[in-house]
Amino acid sequence: MVTISATASEDKTQNCVLTPKKKAIVAATSNSITPSTAATTSNSSTNAETNADQMTPPNILVYKKMEAIVERMQAENGGVTVRTVKAFMSKIPSVFSGSDLISWILKNLNVDDTAEALHLAHLLASHGYLFPIDDHYLTVKNDNTFYRFQTPYFWPSNCFEPENTDYAVYLCKRTMQNKTRLELADYEAENLAKLQKMFSRKWEFIFMQAEAQSKVDKKRDKLERKVLDSQERAFWDVFRPMPNCINTTEVDIKKAYRKGGSSLGSGSSGSTRVHNNLSVEQLTRHVQMLKLKLERRTIKISKVAESYISYFEQYREFDYFLAPPDYPNPWISDSTELWEMNKEISLKRVKRWGFSLRELLKDPAGREQFARFLDKEFSGENLKFWEAIQNLKSLPQSQVKEAAKKIFDEFLAPDAPCPVNVDSKSVELAKVALTNGPSFFCFDVAAEHIYLLMKNDSYPRYLRSDIYKDCLNGSKKKVKSIPNLFGKIQR
Amino acid sequence: MSDANQVNNSSDKVASLMKEAESLKQKLEEERQKLNDVTLSTIAERLEMISYINIKPRRILKGHQAKVLCSDWSPDKRHIVSSSQDGKLIIWDAFSTNKEHALTMPATWVMSCSYSTSGNAVACGGLDNKVTVYPITSEEDISSRKKTVGTHTSYMSCCVFPNSDQQILTGSGDSTCALWDVESGQLLQSFHGHSGDVMAINPAPNEVGNTFVSGSCDKMAFIWDMRTSHVVQSFEGHQSDINSVKFHPSGDAIATGSDDSTCRLFDLRADKEVATYSKESIIFGVNSVDFSVSGRLLFAGYNDYTVNVWDTLKSQRVCLLYGHENKVSCLQVSPDGCALSTGSWDFTLRIWA
Repeated sequence: MVTISATASEDKTQNCVLTPKKKAIVAATSNSITPSTAATTSNSSTNAETNADQMTPPNILVYKKMEAIVERMQAENGGVTVRTVKAFMSKIPSVFSGSDLISWILKNLNVDDTAEALHLAHLLASHGYLFPIDDHYLTVKNDNTFYRFQTPYFWPSNCFEPENTDYAVYLCKRTMQNKTRLELADYEAENLAKLQKMFSRKWEFIFMQAEAQSKVDKKRDKLERKVLDSQERAFWDVFRPMPNCINTTEVDIKKAYRKGGSSLGSGSSGSTRVHNNLSVEQLTRHVQMLKLKLERRTIKISKVAESYISYFEQYREFDYFLAPPDYPNPWISDSTELWEMNKEISLKRVKRWGFSLRELLKDPAGREQFARFLDKEFSGENLKFWEAIQNLKSLPQSQVKEAAKKIFDEFLAPDAPCPVNVDSKSVELAKVALTNGPSFFCFDVAAEHIYLLMKNDSYPRYLRSDIYKDCLNGSKKKVKSIPNLFGKIQR
Repeated sequence: MSDANQVNNSSDKVASLMKEAESLKQKLEEERQKLNDVTLSTIAERLEMISYINIKPRRILKGHQAKVLCSDWSPDKRHIVSSSQDGKLIIWDAFSTNKEHALTMPATWVMSCSYSTSGNAVACGGLDNKVTVYPITSEEDISSRKKTVGTHTSYMSCCVFPNSDQQILTGSGDSTCALWDVESGQLLQSFHGHSGDVMAINPAPNEVGNTFVSGSCDKMAFIWDMRTSHVVQSFEGHQSDINSVKFHPSGDAIATGSDDSTCRLFDLRADKEVATYSKESIIFGVNSVDFSVSGRLLFAGYNDYTVNVWDTLKSQRVCLLYGHENKVSCLQVSPDGCALSTGSWDFTLRIWA
């Protein structure tokens, strides 16, 4: 019940968004046999390459890449060797061994190791491009188990979205063919019973269809039938997977709902096509953007690279994935020591204050110390102003107006008790913003000005100061004994 | 007559604009080419290889009955909120793997969830087109205090608290982003410019300026000014939907993950792509990316059930994390950089360290 109803409802959600596209399959490869289900699926064989602007099924990009790999695997020269194996009293047609497949992947696909090759093989199998000849569980083992390639007709890129009636016909058909290899697995038998209940009214019709198909099948060559039966089974193993197996045809709902025109097939033609159907307005905006881009001052890759490297070198010891922390990682050791120790001011932490003003202000203890330093320099109002602006941003809209006025009166007004040193232009801007209805951002120009002032002026002096040097020299106690000057000073 | 003239006029205009755009583009290409004095990986050659890295799964969080779609770390470094396809929201103590709260949303496919900056509230939403905020209290029934803050005209794909608990920034399938006041539900700013569904947003870590980055199905990543609601920078290069965007911890670059199965690094100062992280054997799309603290490692969660760890500077893969049994939908480095969380369509979340 669970499997059927779940997929059925999901099919519906997808159906209303996606236009199922059924492509004519060029029966080129030697092992592609047109299967009997073609009769049931209303195969209107629309044009193979649909208009590029049409909605493309979200998984198609991946399917195309997998198909390119599978085609290489099936190449006559340099592909995986497919053979017919003689077994006791019978023959197993068109198979290859798991170990052959894995070694082919290792040789041809630039994978790191056997584990990655196995993983890739497993993905190809779970999407139904190749399958174990007698197992519903679609995976690959690196041994002598036999596998077979799926015929392109059954590739998931054809977007079958097969109906439950098709599934019922298929299962029904298998019960008619008195063969051990076609016997229904337990879950299939259960599914059949459920389907029979669901479609009780038209069961006769389903039964007739199954009978007709089974008759067609009987006329086929024995080996051909063996191959075909297994391919058909693998197809259903993909679309109606065994319990506890992943249904790889499920689509991310975001992608199913998203508007067309974006993720187009191979995406070969990039940005030029994007601008084809744009309006004058959009184009003007685009041109403007390009002009802006041209005006922008940029720096060379070498400089960019150096900056990343120095950032990395500075932060390497704080990157727990690259360097062991001072205390054992809680997630590995199950001890929360590291988190508790963080309340203490370690040398490492003090060192970090020296990286940038941002780091210093991020740490409450660092911020506290910097405030003390600024007070000594008689420029404490700068930090207070900056903090007040940050605080403003954390208020609900309803309180912004009042708070903004308070900030203006305290720091920017002509008779402010705590004036900050910003240029008259920023003050004017703030004034205008204040009268026009204050927002979070009304002091941003002024705040940025002050921040840069602290960054380029006070902060370097702080780093050279005794306060910071004492800290760095490991006089932890001194740091800890600083009274809480800061608290909620900005209010 | 006049109609025909107008049509002619506008098509002339389009043609001339197109021409102008084309020539500007060419000029830009030339200009940017001049900056390409070396590649990032050549300069990074002098760095030592990351030879030994030992990342293992340390916790498995089981409890969701459907695909995990999104998760977010609490600022306290040990709690996680996660949302799933069946409309459930779970708040975990990831360290002890206990579930502390489980909320049921009115709609399924909760595509996004996010902790507030204080850790005292969570926001979530998805197919309901809404962003809803829940305060986290010790009270039994959190959901009675829920608050619907904003509504889009299509699904909400991502949400984040950019400054404080009082504002929330959302991205949507209606191809816009929006900034909302939590208390009143007022729309403070809306951001128009993408021509495809917005899939991911990330606020800049910088202290000055109010910018954030968005990634979209139009294959573009935009840097926005929250104050003016204008695009200040744009990046192209991906061949398919961008599913994830994240600022480099320095704030000078962004990493993107896309359905074209590559991750890319775009630098804001060079205004261009500076690295691509891809491999022939990687054929599935990327759903989520995040940096390690130093910016050296980029974690990327793929539709092929794995997490690839990239050396951002050498542009090489460092290792491959196996474990999930279905698509990795979300991934995030913990606030203190100690651990990596991943969520998957296999119904579980995992913590790696």
